[in-house]
Amino acid sequence: MKYIVAIIQPHKLEEVKQSLEAVEVNLMTVSNVLGQGRQKGFTEIYRGAKEVGGLLRKVRLDIAVNEAFVEPTIAAINKGARSGKGEVGDGKIFVLDLVDCVRISSGERGGIAIG
Amino acid sequence: MNTGDTAWVLTSAVLVLGMTIPGLAFFYGGLVRRKNVLSILMQCFIIACVISLQWVLFGYSLAFGPDTGLGIIGSLKWAGLNFVGGQPNADYAATIPHQAFMIFQAMFAVITPALIIGAFAERMKFSAFLIFTVLWATFVYDPLAHWIWGTGGWLRNLGALDFAGGIVVHVSSGISALTLAILMGKRCSYAQQPFRPHNLPFTVLGAALLWFGWFGFNAGSALGANELAANAFVATHAATAAAGLTWALIEWRRHGAPTVLGAATGAVAGLVAITPACGFVNPMNAIFIGILAAMFCYIAVVLIKVKLGYDDSLDAFGVHGVGGIWGTLATGLFAEKAVNAAGADGLLFGNPHQFIVQFLLIIVAPIFAAGMTWIIFKAVDALVGMRVEKKDEIVGLDLTQQSESAYTIIE
Repeated sequence: MKYIVAIIQPHKLEEVKQSLEAVEVNLMTVSNVLGQGRQKGFTEIYRGAKEVGGLLRKVRLDIAVNEAFVEPTIAAINKGARSGKGEVGDGKIFVLDLVDCVRISSGERGGIAIG
Repeated sequence: MNTGDTAWVLTSAVLVLGMTIPGLAFFYGGLVRRKNVLSILMQCFIIACVISLQWVLFGYSLAFGPDTGLGIIGSLKWAGLNFVGGQPNADYAATIPHQAFMIFQAMFAVITPALIIGAFAERMKFSAFLIFTVLWATFVYDPLAHWIWGTGGWLRNLGALDFAGGIVVHVSSGISALTLAILMGKRCSYAQQPFRPHNLPFTVLGAALLWFGWFGFNAGSALGANELAANAFVATHAATAAAGLTWALIEWRRHGAPTVLGAATGAVAGLVAITPACGFVNPMNAIFIGILAAMFCYIAVVLIKVKLGYDDSLDAFGVHGVGGIWGTLATGLFAEKAVNAAGADGLLFGNPHQFIVQFLLIIVAPIFAAGMTWIIFKAVDALVGMRVEKKDEIVGLDLTQQSESAYTIIE
């Protein structure tokens, strides 16, 4: 079991969801986050005071998958989230080992509780 | 001069300003995505600044100034408010100061281009928006207002009835909106991903403020505190109530739930449709006009727009264009001299001629508005480019055009 965390551009969420659906990964948690990477922030101006914000809006996906789904999931996120021009700002995918998973409604544990 | 009339018209002017800011600003602002809400508020706010100045400097004179001879445009004799002072102008309103009439009309000139924002929302460059707006007010709104409301205007001389601006305000902006939506093209990813309204409470607040302010728009157009103002007020309220309810019921039946966005949209459609008619029709017929307004606008917004595939982002055409056309025709059907002796009888009261005149309005005004909008679009597009770059559209107009963001995530 792996726990996949992806940080992507907010407007790419719909494409990522579609490419994940295509490999039958339908369960995920989505949240709004702020992040700082290599992409430059925007200058904001409030009554003349300039603020160069380093933090940019991103979307975070948390997906728990069984081993057979790990590579398809990574490939699907990559496909949906990449803008294609090799520019910075498209985000990152982190893959973590997952120790256990519990389905609260039934109490099931492990791989069967994930899907 | 009548102090009651003057007080009512000045109060109405404030109410009509409130329709643009904050009414329309929040109605539209809630409908866009969170990254573009400030761009909408800014566009509405700056229109209130820019068009108010255009109006007192020369716009009022072009629209209402002495006719230049052919009934097409007013002269510049009243530019800079020359000859527009405290004395009434009997051609327009005999019982209030000329300046009161002028500033009441200024608020109409402000809201009309603001309505068009709905068509190009979320993708227009701010500089292009500014130039477009001033040109549009000067070459579309001012002439049309002159044709229909100005002394010597050629459509006014034909007997056209437009009590508070069904043609001058709503059809002109609605048709121009459709033209612009087609010329500008769709927003990035339109129809590929859902564009959810980012703040429906804003939209409902805005719709409620529109309803509130519209009493100034319609009942104020009686230009006096009198029976006609009361009739316009009641007709407006009845039509709006009927339209808001009708839209919600249509949704309930077709989609399984009545939505608050539907009720709010229906109410605005009813307000639009009753605008040209409210000073000529009785309140019972106003209810009928409201019900049909909701039906026609629903069909335009939910069925026709999707079928034809143009991206009128916030349905400026579907609500204002379609509602305005229906209201203008309905005026030709339901107008009666028993309500307003200075008006005319409509088709249902034995005067088919009036219906023909109203029909002419919905042919002439759209052709003029669409043609001029096309020319202005081409000019501004060549000058500065109408659309923002794709990467700016993706990031959002708040950050790229205004250098601000509406909401913070942390703190």
